[in-house]
Amino acid sequence: MPEKRTLFEKVWDEHVVCVPERNPSLLYTDLHLVHEVTSPQAFDGLRMAGRGVRRADRTVATVDHNIPTEPRGTPILDPIAAKQIEALQKNCKEFGVPLFDMDSPDQGIVHVIGPELGVTQPGKTIVCGDSHTSTHGAFGALAFGIGTSEVEHVLATQCLPQRKPKTMLIQVNGPLPKGVTAKDIALGIIGKIGTDGATGHVIEYAGEAVRGLSMEGRMTLCNMSIESGARAGMVAPDETTFAYVKGRRFAPKGAAWEKAVAHWRTLPSDPGAKYDKVIEIDAATLAPFVTWGTNPGMVVPVNGRVPELAELKTDADRAGAQRMLEYMGLNAGTPIEQIPVDRVFIGSCTNSRLEDLREAARVAKGHHVNAKVRAMVVPGSQSIKHAAEQEGLHKIFQQAGFEWRESGCSMCLGMNPDILQPGERCASTSNRNFEGRQGRGGRTHLVSPMMAAAAAIAGHFTDIRTWQFN
Amino acid sequence: MNPFRVHKGRVAPLYRANVDTDQIIPKQFLKRIEKTGFGEFVFFDWRRRPDGSLDPEFTLNQPRYKGASILVTDKNFGCGSSREHAVWALADFGFRVVIAPTFADIFANNCVQNGVLTVALNEAETAEIAHRAQAIPDYELTVDLEQKKVSDSQVFTANFSIDDSIRHRLLNGLDDIGLTMQYEKEIAAYEAAHPAIGN
Repeated sequence: MPEKRTLFEKVWDEHVVCVPERNPSLLYTDLHLVHEVTSPQAFDGLRMAGRGVRRADRTVATVDHNIPTEPRGTPILDPIAAKQIEALQKNCKEFGVPLFDMDSPDQGIVHVIGPELGVTQPGKTIVCGDSHTSTHGAFGALAFGIGTSEVEHVLATQCLPQRKPKTMLIQVNGPLPKGVTAKDIALGIIGKIGTDGATGHVIEYAGEAVRGLSMEGRMTLCNMSIESGARAGMVAPDETTFAYVKGRRFAPKGAAWEKAVAHWRTLPSDPGAKYDKVIEIDAATLAPFVTWGTNPGMVVPVNGRVPELAELKTDADRAGAQRMLEYMGLNAGTPIEQIPVDRVFIGSCTNSRLEDLREAARVAKGHHVNAKVRAMVVPGSQSIKHAAEQEGLHKIFQQAGFEWRESGCSMCLGMNPDILQPGERCASTSNRNFEGRQGRGGRTHLVSPMMAAAAAIAGHFTDIRTWQFN
Repeated sequence: MNPFRVHKGRVAPLYRANVDTDQIIPKQFLKRIEKTGFGEFVFFDWRRRPDGSLDPEFTLNQPRYKGASILVTDKNFGCGSSREHAVWALADFGFRVVIAPTFADIFANNCVQNGVLTVALNEAETAEIAHRAQAIPDYELTVDLEQKKVSDSQVFTANFSIDDSIRHRLLNGLDDIGLTMQYEKEIAAYEAAHPAIGN
């Protein structure tokens, strides 16, 4: 063990159960989050092998991916979706796994409710059958997405055989410029290193701009680690982290809290610890970004233009770009601010937290959604929805012409009825702009919540740095 | 899981970079609660026109690639969502090997779990295979996991490296969970020494 260790190495070392001969380390999982889409086959596997869930007390389930965002109680019209939700209910009951169901006041996107409930904590290992599990790394946890076979593995053993990933430090120096958010840091990084720039690595985000982020912002940043191919993203825990966790339902209390915080304070990387790769970014070079293509690395500043093919970095980028332009219905050289939008989606595990909704509402206040645009706001959880309503945010959105809906993954991946029609163009606060992601033929542009709200009102992308706030 | 030792089969080229799992299996097919039957939905939006008919232009719809069991593609294959349905769809369609310069981590893990071999070759070798699969009718490759070698019946041959434990598991078709369960004593000892703090 090296003398000076990184945050990742400390969390990793603490969770190695054993290193079997000729096999990868057996890594212990502190928390397993489960949802309806990637779990039914895993529970079936347990049944077929006559195995149980080893630690139901370290497992938390909810429904989020395919539930409608219509008012709760509306029947689920899609029989296959309904069957999948029923399967989770049945499986949780049979195996004793706690479930925050459709009608629970704690239901929400799995990566939103973990932190809200306080089950997400610094130093933990957290897995879920969902690539955006990287979100929880914002707390200084080691959190990564797994496939369904691995879900079954963790249910049965609470462990996973894991080859140790490499480490990457991304240092964002200086304070964030005005109008630039955590989402823009994430998009800026992916634009710089590409969608496979961090494959095989765990990223640690550091530097003044990251330190200055709220927990919500850090979650947005870590959430999109997977879009650069990273195994996980992490931010060292600090006072901001402890203040967020303290008092939450499943957070340690009393003496256990003091003991936990004392431990968490030992987790940040030791000065001089070595990383396999280091990337430095000057925050002053970041801007409100908009994606123009069909992967999250195709990023330009809002005051820029759809790039000419010759401007792209690699042959693969150029080969793909022509196809992307055709799919996106865009011409090279078009100013981003001249691109009109049909739909706006504010939500997803990337940007559906209270702070995101507050920022979007601040933009929307006193304005009205463009007559040609349909815009929806989908809070990440029931608890966020409730808190937002206490603050009157729903009124601001509704008065401005936004739809105010129930919590879930919604149009981020369009498994529920919230989808784009072919050819529709959407400004979306979600994380993926892949072909057909939000509906076959749909055209997705990734932006921050403020930029999405502004696009809804203007009817086209517009620079939030020149916005008229009311 | 069936052991994987040597596989010989027809090669289909899908030479695009960054093919994401949303393309391999679109979300509308993730609601099924079974592991089987995903093959007909593989690359659905690329294979089928909006009216549902097969697009004859798309590689996998061309008669010459019918029955292909080896897919050759460009870098970062399988990026995006963790959905194992992508591997179930590829395997159910008949693919046992995917060759590319690089793979996304979660996708590659999911392949191992289903006995699908991911072979990482360099960009020149991958491009060469894709070219040959387009130029030579009924082009076949032999993928030998024991020798860690890919070759055709003519002059092409390439060696690949693979994690030893993954190779061992694939060669023997081992049940991953069963392997971990052999360490029950160690897991129980770990749990006893690491009670959760506060909950």
